[in-house]
Amino acid sequence: MMKKFLTIAVTLTAFVAAPMLGFAACDFKPSSKVSLLANSFAAWKAVSDAMSECGNFEAELDAEFRKKQPDAFAANPSLYQLGGVSNGTIQPLLSAGTIRPLDDLVAKYGKDLQPNQLIRINGQIMAIAMMVNNQHLMYREDIFKSLGLAVPTTYYELLTAADKVAASGQVQYALGGTYKAGWNLAEEFVNMYMGMGGDFFEGSKPSVNNAMGIRTLEMMRNLTHYMDPEYLVADSTYVQQQFQQGKIAMAVLWATRAAAMNDAKESQVVGKVKMAAAPSPVSGALPASTLWWDGVVLAKNMTDQQADEAFQLLMEGIDREMVTNNNDAAVWLINGYTPGPMAMGAAETAENGALPYPNGVEMGLMHTALGNNVADFLTGKETAEQTLMDIEAEYTTAAKEKGLL
Amino acid sequence: MKNRTFLAFVGPSLFLMLLFIAGPLLSVVWQSVHVTRAVYEEVETEVCTPGFLTQKCTMEIRTQPQLDENGQQITETIFVGFESYKNLLQPEVALESFKQGSWAKLSNIDFYKALRFTLTFTLITLPLVLGMGLLVALTVNQALQSLRGPIIFISLLPFVITPVIGALSIRWLFVGDGILTALLEWWLERDIAMFAQGWTIEVLMLSYRVWHVTPFAFIVFYAGLQTVSRDTLESAIVDGATRWQRLKLVILPHLSPLILFVSIIHLMDSYRVFEEVIGFRSQAHVISLQWLTYDFLTLDDTGNRMISRASASSMLTMIGIVFLLIFPLRGSWREHRKRRSG
Repeated sequence: MMKKFLTIAVTLTAFVAAPMLGFAACDFKPSSKVSLLANSFAAWKAVSDAMSECGNFEAELDAEFRKKQPDAFAANPSLYQLGGVSNGTIQPLLSAGTIRPLDDLVAKYGKDLQPNQLIRINGQIMAIAMMVNNQHLMYREDIFKSLGLAVPTTYYELLTAADKVAASGQVQYALGGTYKAGWNLAEEFVNMYMGMGGDFFEGSKPSVNNAMGIRTLEMMRNLTHYMDPEYLVADSTYVQQQFQQGKIAMAVLWATRAAAMNDAKESQVVGKVKMAAAPSPVSGALPASTLWWDGVVLAKNMTDQQADEAFQLLMEGIDREMVTNNNDAAVWLINGYTPGPMAMGAAETAENGALPYPNGVEMGLMHTALGNNVADFLTGKETAEQTLMDIEAEYTTAAKEKGLL
Repeated sequence: MKNRTFLAFVGPSLFLMLLFIAGPLLSVVWQSVHVTRAVYEEVETEVCTPGFLTQKCTMEIRTQPQLDENGQQITETIFVGFESYKNLLQPEVALESFKQGSWAKLSNIDFYKALRFTLTFTLITLPLVLGMGLLVALTVNQALQSLRGPIIFISLLPFVITPVIGALSIRWLFVGDGILTALLEWWLERDIAMFAQGWTIEVLMLSYRVWHVTPFAFIVFYAGLQTVSRDTLESAIVDGATRWQRLKLVILPHLSPLILFVSIIHLMDSYRVFEEVIGFRSQAHVISLQWLTYDFLTLDDTGNRMISRASASSMLTMIGIVFLLIFPLRGSWREHRKRRSG
């Protein structure tokens, strides 16, 4: 009887104490509800969990956030106070003028922020970056060792390695790639094309129909020979799962997906996947990868009081404590981060000179045109020249409609 | 009925039709010949990207929309005539590829690619849905009275499932090493990738739609079968008509208005095929007209929609449906006139 009573007492105490312990980690509670709309991956989960410890907070993490955000922020009052953006997705919000400058709030509450975290546009701080991201090479160390392969630094070496891995039959497909038609496929084109040193525009006019464009397409097609034939439906999560289930041996994938490889709950390849710098298209060229940052913006359409509270809450979410608890979830820009082995590849890619993603109004249209047309070449429906001509034509139509040309 | 009484009866619904059908339609027509866009200016700005240690800052000339003093985008709306239709249809390229007889060149234009699939989809599923619906209806009609209830309930289930959800579940059965693909691979002893080429996806889409809509055709035909005159059927049997002759000469003519009804509904529905493209993520291989409209309406990375081309595309979809409906409707109109005068 006594024992039973004790058990109940202990359980009850745990129930009551747990949330209190949670609150103890946070010395601020917003007076009205604060909500966040952001992308869905491990780092955002870590940040939003840290913020919800404070209470009165709601996070919506959705991979399709880019489609919701511009309209949600244009509403008055805005449907979300905080928005998770990257250097690509901040563009529509900037264009529409729906986010607010943060200089006064940073001065008031931002003493712990690193200078590197303040995203200045036209001299005003418009976003607080929390992490950087790029695509890097992830590979199965055990397979590479068993075949005596060196880590590829160029795509030529990568194809040779893929050939050997495929011949060994240790995995179903040697390569994985985020080649889902649309945004993902276009991003892969951008990486390779920029690695070759290509420029997308001359002024506002498109310029992808050139030797580098053709070589980019050809390289992409060569890679697909080693991929799951259903590559045109593969997004980041799909490739991550292929890795976790031991179906692929290599992929150039987002740095944010690295930590998932060692998540024992999902992954069957814990400890076997290693990270390296993104290979270059040819030796001496830039890495076929683009630099991104992820960060937070504040909506313009809310009261200053709300903004003040939302910003304080954000500071709780991206503090040193969160980083200590989730060190490997991302390559953090936040004070207190110690780069672990999972971040080596991303850091090396940046050191090798990977360029920032060239966001802008023109690039948005170009990205859409790439995403709609590259698949035609990969499936063999069209020649490389025809595909690139189509891309330029689609861009030109859209740019004329927007009054850019 | 007096004219005034007639108007009083019809007036309210006429008003609602104008408000909810004619109004939006006119607005779509108006939008398809106008373009609303932001006013851009070129600004030299410093853009900074966080690096791993320090920021990388570059001076760039960027194109950005002008904002007014309230921070709202300044937009202008201009009349462009049939420009958006032209952008969609690309008549010069289309004409040229017709001359060369090159389908590859024509299907390179999204609109014709979508039109090709939409038409095949509509015209192949129609006879299949009618045939399957009739077959199920006849079978159920023959079944024991006590079994009919459960059979009807089960046959209706596919129609109850939301199309997007249904398409997604079929996708999950087949994508990658989904259980049905794995089963096929084990049975045929070869590697199968259902989503790696267009035609397998199309077969899946067609089968899915037939599976989904057959219950609708079935329930309409089954209702019709209950009203077939028993006397006529019995006298046909006495006259020595075979089962096939009874079907062809008694049952089908009796059901013909219902067949027409199901056909028209199905033509309208399947010309607007959309859920399958989303559910099967088929846009790299197969797109439909409705999906094209949706794609124009989806925000791109600049936060913009192609409202004008989307409107043009939906106008063209509507014209397409009207064209398709002319054939069955003309047939039934003739029939109607014949019966009246005869």
